[in-house]
Amino acid sequence: MTNGLLGKKLGMTQVYDESVLAPVTVIEAGPCRVVSVKTKERDGYEAVQLSFGEVKEQRLSRGELGHLKKHQAAPSRWLREFPKVGDVTVGQTVKVDMFKKGDWVDVVGVSKGKGFQGVVRRHNYAGGPETHGSMFHRAPGSIGASSYPSRVWKNKALPGHMGDERVTVQRLKVVDARPDENLLFVRGAVPGGVNGLLIVRKSKKS
Amino acid sequence: MNRLERIQRSLTKKTTPKFEIGDTVRVHVKVVEGEKERIQVYEGTVIARKGTLNSETFTVRKLSYNVGVERTFPIHSPNVAKVDVVRQGRVRRAKLYYLRTKKGKFAKVEDREFKVESKAQTAAKLEAAAAAKA
Repeated sequence: MTNGLLGKKLGMTQVYDESVLAPVTVIEAGPCRVVSVKTKERDGYEAVQLSFGEVKEQRLSRGELGHLKKHQAAPSRWLREFPKVGDVTVGQTVKVDMFKKGDWVDVVGVSKGKGFQGVVRRHNYAGGPETHGSMFHRAPGSIGASSYPSRVWKNKALPGHMGDERVTVQRLKVVDARPDENLLFVRGAVPGGVNGLLIVRKSKKS
Repeated sequence: MNRLERIQRSLTKKTTPKFEIGDTVRVHVKVVEGEKERIQVYEGTVIARKGTLNSETFTVRKLSYNVGVERTFPIHSPNVAKVDVVRQGRVRRAKLYYLRTKKGKFAKVEDREFKVESKAQTAAKLEAAAAAKA
């Protein structure tokens, strides 16, 4: 159907994975409804659009509501597209039971925003000594040579906004899954804060 | 109770061993040697309890050949099979880290009469009463 589904981060805890304590993130994944299927003829590419999360009707715009109503879907907070795998029809639901204990998954989320950060925090520059007459503390220092190239190289690491960007964590182990509670226990940390939207999909590297 | 807390509660043991700080306990630990599994007993004084819900741990201190040994066990670990209370101690604080600097008879926790009902015992009694009622 698809290679993954949408979920919500509930937080972290510890779980025994074969009698060894493992740090896990608890994800409430699915159930997601197939809202629409994009086809090559009509849209130029193939994809499956999934909806996830309850929301009040008045929180949605008329456009969003109209789109959902057209496909008889309940008002939902998030819509995301997934690659199409096999046959899919509108109205189907995707549940956590697509993953089982021992599987590997990739988790995509939006990292926590850190605001405008300097070069030490943002790019792991070492910085200079704080004391002993040093006048070089946390500044970036030289950002390039003079006559050649006479400009700053592209992608030069400099201060700026940090975090609040799409981050993928690859190859996390599914320590436990509870299909009847829509829960997924994934080993390790996952981007973003509690209640953030996550995309959980089959790992590209297995 | 939020969603995560409910999940954490579901990860706890149904019956948690009842003991208090200062008690002398025998911890039955499952040990895997090769393919065999056996139970090892570790006896000492409970000097600390930390954490909440499914990540609660307790620390047991003992003297082994005059060397202080401390082991911290997760209460809800499947490897902690059983915890027996051997003696109850009379203590006035929640963490007995001061025992680490004491030697000989000062490194002991005073006994408390078993007759005096401990919090754990009261809880057990209440539970039993509730069970009897139901």
